[in-house]
Amino acid sequence: MNAPGGQPIPDAPILEARGLTRRFGGLVAVDDFSFAVREGAIHGLIGPNGAGKTTTFNVISGFYAPTSGQVLYRGRDISGRKTSALAEMGLVRTFQGSTLFQEFSVLDNVRVGRHLGARAGFLSRLLGTDRGSEAQADASAREALAFFGLEELADEPVSNLPHGHQRMLGMAVALAAEPEVLLLDEPFTGMNPEETRRMMALVRRIRDGGVTVMLVEHDMQAVMNLCDIITVMNFGALLVEGAPDEVRNDPAVIEAYLGSATGNGAGNGAGDAA
Amino acid sequence: MPEPAVAPSGSRAGSPAGRIVWRLRFALLFAVLAVLPYLLSYSQQEIAVLLVINVLLVSSYRLLTLTGEWSLGHVVIMGVGAYASALLAKRLGVPVPFSMLIGGCMAAATAAILSFPLFRMKGFYFLIGSFAAGEIIRLIWKRFTDPFGGPKGLKRIDAFPNIDTGFLSIDFYEPVNYYFLALIIVSISLFILYRIERSRIGLTFHAIHWQDRLAESIGVDTFRYRTLAFVIASFFAGIAGGLYAHYVGTVNPTRFGVDQMVYVLVWAIVGGTATFHGPILGVIVLTVINEIVLRGLGLDTARPLIYGAILILSVLYLPDGLESLGPKLRAWLQRRRRGPATAGGEAA
Repeated sequence: MNAPGGQPIPDAPILEARGLTRRFGGLVAVDDFSFAVREGAIHGLIGPNGAGKTTTFNVISGFYAPTSGQVLYRGRDISGRKTSALAEMGLVRTFQGSTLFQEFSVLDNVRVGRHLGARAGFLSRLLGTDRGSEAQADASAREALAFFGLEELADEPVSNLPHGHQRMLGMAVALAAEPEVLLLDEPFTGMNPEETRRMMALVRRIRDGGVTVMLVEHDMQAVMNLCDIITVMNFGALLVEGAPDEVRNDPAVIEAYLGSATGNGAGNGAGDAA
Repeated sequence: MPEPAVAPSGSRAGSPAGRIVWRLRFALLFAVLAVLPYLLSYSQQEIAVLLVINVLLVSSYRLLTLTGEWSLGHVVIMGVGAYASALLAKRLGVPVPFSMLIGGCMAAATAAILSFPLFRMKGFYFLIGSFAAGEIIRLIWKRFTDPFGGPKGLKRIDAFPNIDTGFLSIDFYEPVNYYFLALIIVSISLFILYRIERSRIGLTFHAIHWQDRLAESIGVDTFRYRTLAFVIASFFAGIAGGLYAHYVGTVNPTRFGVDQMVYVLVWAIVGGTATFHGPILGVIVLTVINEIVLRGLGLDTARPLIYGAILILSVLYLPDGLESLGPKLRAWLQRRRRGPATAGGEAA
């Protein structure tokens, strides 16, 4: 999959994993896994439960160091770097569920998201001379809210928001950090079909705005409709990679999800035992 | 420890009328504080000085708790400031106001070094780690008699220099005068602590407390910010230590032991840590109870027992601290005022 040295730039991947391995004691959660995300793509990472998707995400985003292998961002080795340092480089992730600052107002959540954009020295914070950069942070926070249609709710406490809106807010917080690559961890989980459709349109708009998107997701229909390229993982390793149509009809993928293609429920059990 | 929702919503100025009300309140507060020492006996004035110092101690402690970490080493850090300022003045002849400032910086530097091992831990482990670190510092004071004076500590620490300009002379040996000195230094310190909390730095501290993983993912270096909170809190604890050392004139390892730390915890918890004024309320109310009520009843030797009882009662019946009493009372009064009106409406 790796391109040889003298490849033209447009095809160079923005994010790449090479031989990524992560062990937890005796358990190998990610096993010699490689993939490459091209700039400007919406790249899906799917696989059955326990395939190692979330661990892969946690390694890419710096929460775990890889046991071996490398993560490359724009050709630079970033494996084992701190999450905050990666965010500064433009690699920002979201979380499953409603991981938000639940005690803050909606606006304050996004204002924290502007952390990197609203720089000021300690003294200027103390003296209040950071007002200019704070006003700017406020404005761009409201912009991010407006993008997700949440501007009316700016002063609500997060805990008052319905689940779908909380998911949107999680994306708004990440987007406020001005990412170049956005890692979405199960963005459609717990959403109704209408919300999923809106969210898909928003993800496309984010991509069209110049952000590369990589996502882990269980909602097959959403993944198939949204992604340009899909990587399928099984047992911590690469199973198949390709366009949605290729992946959909690949026998190995069908087998991974549904068990052996020749059997039914019983065959599935036999397949596991084998 | 549960705390109600408080997010600093930026530095939005209130309405002009609201601002005038606040200015009047502050004017009234300072008037009371200015008159207060003259209404007290000599020994009560001495207690008032220590109370002002303890207000800074517990307020600086609160800044650290904003990030969600509770330390058991804060009083030892105060001691670092006290020892440093005392030694600088005694051994090197550094003028006292400057020695206090350097003492604060030494306390901050100690915190900066300690943060490397301590912030590898969180929650309960941080609590225990900070206790261990504090005990190590206390053992160093006990073991090395040469600069630190061993278990007996340092005595005859230089007092704050008197001001004598001919027509104005202030003797800081007088508790009233030291009270005003401490009041000024503590007020400035509290103002700085308040500004920090209301700025984006405070917002970031709160964010780390509630969701450190999310904060980290959008670029907050949580280690750096936890260290920052620890360093700032320790600086002001060190200043409080300096104020203490040059007032009392002696410091020893026992004075900064874990029992003193427990008092700080009790003040903070009984007062409540969700608001800036909560811990201050806690230390004032408990000091008044201790010094006036208990001493009046001749029960001051039972202080640990009664403090323990107050802590348990407040956790059971006032889990959000004394700070929640005001809003609760207001809500209750409103309900009472509205109560008869709605009853009348139903009758009609």
